[in-house]
Amino acid sequence: MNLTLKIWRQKDANAKGQMVEYKVTEISEHMSFLEMMDVLNEQLVNSGDEPVAFDHDCREGICGMCSMYINGEAHGPDRGVTTCQLHMRMFKDGDTITIEPFRAAAFPVIKDLVVDRTSFERIQQAGGYISVNTSGNTQDANAIPISKHAADEAMDAATCIGCGACVATCKNSSAMLFVGAKVSQYALLPQGQVEAADRVQNMVAQMDLEGFGNCTNTGACEIECPKGISLENIARMNRELMKANLK
Amino acid sequence: MGGFFKSSIGRKVAMALSAFFLMFFLLQHFAINILSVFSPDTFNEVSHFMGTNALIQYGLQPVLIFGVVFHFVMGFILELKNKSARKISYAKNHGAANSTWTSRNMIWSGLAILAFIVLHFIDFWFPEINTKFIEGDWSGLHDGEFRYFHELQEKFLSPVRVGAYVVAFVLLMLHLLHGFTSAFQSMGATAGRKKTLQNIGKAYAIIIPLGFIVIAIYHHFNHIH
Amino acid sequence: MSTLNSKVPGGPIKDKWTDYKNHIDLVNPANKRNIDIIVVGTGLAGGSAAATLAELGYNVKAFAYQDSPRRAHSIAAQGGINAAKNYQGDGDSTYRLFYDTVKGGDYRSREANVYRLAEVSANIIDQCVAQGVPFARDYGGLLDNRSFGGVLVSRTFYAKGQTGQQLLLGAYSAMNRQIARGKIEMFNRHEMLDVVKVDGKARGIIARNLVTGEIERHSAHAVVIASGGYGNVYFLSTNAMGSNATAAWKIHKKGAHFANPCYTQIHPTCIPRSGDYQSKLTLMSESLRNDGRIWVPKNMEDVMAIREGRKKPTDLSEEDRDYYLERRYPAFGNLVPRDVASRAAKERCDAGYGVNATGEAVYLDFKSAINRYGKEQAKITGISNPSEAKIYELGQALVEEKYGNLFQMYEKIVDENPYETPMMIYPATHYTMGGVWVDYNLMTSVEGLYCIGEANFSDHGANRLGASALMQGLADGYFVLPYTIGNYLSNEIRTGKISTDTKEFDEAETEVTDRINFFVNNKGTKSVDYFHKKLGKVMWDKVGMARNEKGLNEAMTEIKAIREEFWKEVKVPGEASEMNPELEKAGRVADFLELGELFAKDALMREESCGGHFREESVELDGEQKGEAKRNDNDYAFVAAWEYKGEPADAVLHKEELEFKDIELKQRSYK
Repeated sequence: MNLTLKIWRQKDANAKGQMVEYKVTEISEHMSFLEMMDVLNEQLVNSGDEPVAFDHDCREGICGMCSMYINGEAHGPDRGVTTCQLHMRMFKDGDTITIEPFRAAAFPVIKDLVVDRTSFERIQQAGGYISVNTSGNTQDANAIPISKHAADEAMDAATCIGCGACVATCKNSSAMLFVGAKVSQYALLPQGQVEAADRVQNMVAQMDLEGFGNCTNTGACEIECPKGISLENIARMNRELMKANLK
Repeated sequence: MGGFFKSSIGRKVAMALSAFFLMFFLLQHFAINILSVFSPDTFNEVSHFMGTNALIQYGLQPVLIFGVVFHFVMGFILELKNKSARKISYAKNHGAANSTWTSRNMIWSGLAILAFIVLHFIDFWFPEINTKFIEGDWSGLHDGEFRYFHELQEKFLSPVRVGAYVVAFVLLMLHLLHGFTSAFQSMGATAGRKKTLQNIGKAYAIIIPLGFIVIAIYHHFNHIH
Repeated sequence: MSTLNSKVPGGPIKDKWTDYKNHIDLVNPANKRNIDIIVVGTGLAGGSAAATLAELGYNVKAFAYQDSPRRAHSIAAQGGINAAKNYQGDGDSTYRLFYDTVKGGDYRSREANVYRLAEVSANIIDQCVAQGVPFARDYGGLLDNRSFGGVLVSRTFYAKGQTGQQLLLGAYSAMNRQIARGKIEMFNRHEMLDVVKVDGKARGIIARNLVTGEIERHSAHAVVIASGGYGNVYFLSTNAMGSNATAAWKIHKKGAHFANPCYTQIHPTCIPRSGDYQSKLTLMSESLRNDGRIWVPKNMEDVMAIREGRKKPTDLSEEDRDYYLERRYPAFGNLVPRDVASRAAKERCDAGYGVNATGEAVYLDFKSAINRYGKEQAKITGISNPSEAKIYELGQALVEEKYGNLFQMYEKIVDENPYETPMMIYPATHYTMGGVWVDYNLMTSVEGLYCIGEANFSDHGANRLGASALMQGLADGYFVLPYTIGNYLSNEIRTGKISTDTKEFDEAETEVTDRINFFVNNKGTKSVDYFHKKLGKVMWDKVGMARNEKGLNEAMTEIKAIREEFWKEVKVPGEASEMNPELEKAGRVADFLELGELFAKDALMREESCGGHFREESVELDGEQKGEAKRNDNDYAFVAAWEYKGEPADAVLHKEELEFKDIELKQRSYK
């Protein structure tokens, strides 16, 4: 199929960017979206232009690196997928596709479609861990029985790939689904209880400091999340923070 | 605890708490208003009690005003803050793909409700304050009869006002359709209760504003001269 | 040719590691504060090492080319992690894990290292659980296990189909704790482009800031390379797009020997290639082989009918199907090790039985499993005389619970429902057992330069068992390197801060800058990918699943020619002083073009078939094992460590003879 692409081009963090139009031809419906971008870039390199910079790595939907806003949706129109898993069969011949970087004040653009998500790193550093030394001198793994239900729920929260689609999608650029997922994973496990109060307070404080917006419960993040992280995690974070403050 | 209400989540909780309070107020307001359809006398009596009881007038009324102002001011502050969390907006954004119109436009439905409240104050509240606190007339009487029911009917004579009233309550309905469950989510309601809360929320959001609309239309067409 | 000293401590195998730890020199806590360590790569090995070293008190500088350590490709491992816990009481033990790993590696690994790996394996699980890794549990709240190819016990721990992700996030959380404390300085979006040696010791690196293009100097008392494998030399592999061999290759050029490059694992259960635009291959967990049965049609007419769309796989009766793994290997069936399963698929497809348009696909069928589970579930739920439909429904629900995410992934990519029609799979390059040679201390042939995880030549011999990569990465990082590096650093406490303002750093930086400037200034005509794809094709065709002398000689010549063309014709748009993905790729492909040739040279030298390395000239000619790979223990029971001498073809071979004292050398039989 033949497509028209409108892509955000921006030389570097300080430059002013704009949408630029490109045409690509003979795109197979079995291609992934990023393979279509490869075709465009190969075309640009061959014609002496600078290819479009975009983040990507594993191309199997787990690393969380890819981060495009396609036709007004994070990771494009398909559900439960990252951009690398989005296939061109979701589009039609002759379509015009708008491709923008994830937009949030806390995710400044580095170049073209590449954004800086280190704000997520700092939130994790503020408390996204259990303070246990890696010496190996811990108790036997089976000495801490955990109900299957709690383990499964913690796993569901831990599935977050940190891509930032929740922030990009949210009309308020809120990071609460991301933070809620991490807070929840540890809140659901006995190992996480000791530091639970400090963890949620510190992570939320860092999240606020980074300039993410507030949650207004539109639920858009849950729908666009490639890993289906549930809104329940935000509610749990709210509970955890209230609990921490009532102590 | 002071720090809590400065945090993003604390502010959400504050919004939710003020919302609960306002929703409770709305419910009792409705309960009183609907009396006007069934029994003008009971309506008059209850209105008189509400309008003259010291606890309500000096205690709850300021709290209510504070609640309304707080909910609006906080709503605006959050909206501004949230807007500033995205400096450059998307060239193309497909919001409808992942969220409801009502959830994305709480600020607009809220503003419309605010405009209505201003109208409502001009219509009812300012004259009430004037009568009671400036003129010092706490009798509730007009020509020897309770004036409340009569005043109510008077107001609904104008089709324009009834129209504005209907529009405002439709917007309130939209505001509540998202706001009710949203408040519970902010307070950390568990997933297990989500479905029930959604159903109650829907019922509340539809029944209450619809009821107010019915009352207005009823009085418009059943005016006793 | 010289013999390498692996520095394996003496004594009985089960006491070696304990004795070693009891007798090494330690660095006291006050001195650790004055010692810097650079860790390149933040996957399971690098991430766990960085966290542990920082926790011990060293100052760690960690480097990752991604925007976060959490994105390293360890994250893509699906199936699980092995540990000799024997929670299932099915006869597992340290010795059995050791034995399985050596046997699975086709007797080409170092016994002492493997034993140590098996010994610390159980501790990894304890550690990860303490960190909050949500491993799967049974209804009693205890940890669950699954079984994996090539072994007879259930010792694999897992977290849904995302074990690698969860383990990496565990290591990442431990890193975050140290970053917050200031003990790890994290350099995201940085790529190491050379190692700096001072007086023969590794003393720092030259790195490029991938955002600004700045070239930076970083010094340290020791350098640890944990940059993963070189599977992307094939262009198409299950590796991430950015996975590269540059760090490993650069240290090779500075004196670290490169061992066994020809040992590459081709994973049997990947989604087949669909067209020339393909950028990478997607792996589906080997755990699928627990329940899936692999087959191709028995008759060529059916193959043709399926390819032309006249027949569907479900139309074929049981008699018309060739479950070739069950036929050839009755004892292990569909659970034979990866190399055996991959070659068997290639054998059938080469014989013309491939079931898709490219002729490179076989079926992985869950129908029997759904049926079996359905009947089981019917019994459990007390349904007597269940209908076929009910059985199917119950069975499908259970299969979905076990493999749901994999089935969904398959459907997203191929656009076919694998519950209704069998999946198509084909082998793809997945893991490289070869890598930088290290001794028992995990030190390379350069002093103070360490290599851990997939980047080293590792503990997997000529073939790695499933769920062992995660185990090795974490064992190296959490439990082995932190001890062995201390032994070396105990001599560095008086060294003091290392200056980057020296001629060694000047020289290394100039070399790096010159190369970058060449790329951005070269007036070439072809993109980097053009050369990478060309290299990949030669590698896959001639140095792939089956190799022979003629093909390998051709490959060496062809790769050299591609390399020469590359240096003339490569075209890199953009500038050096900005984010420039094409420039990054150019550097990586330049290194692959050298590594590929050494890879072929190593494969040519090794005139035997072992593990992932299959030489067509070396097969059993008769008996029960006819046609199977034939190892040659008399002549090739050694590690081939290559020393860099300019051109890859001129590399000099050093041998480390492998001794097997605790395991008898036997032919691997899965019959």
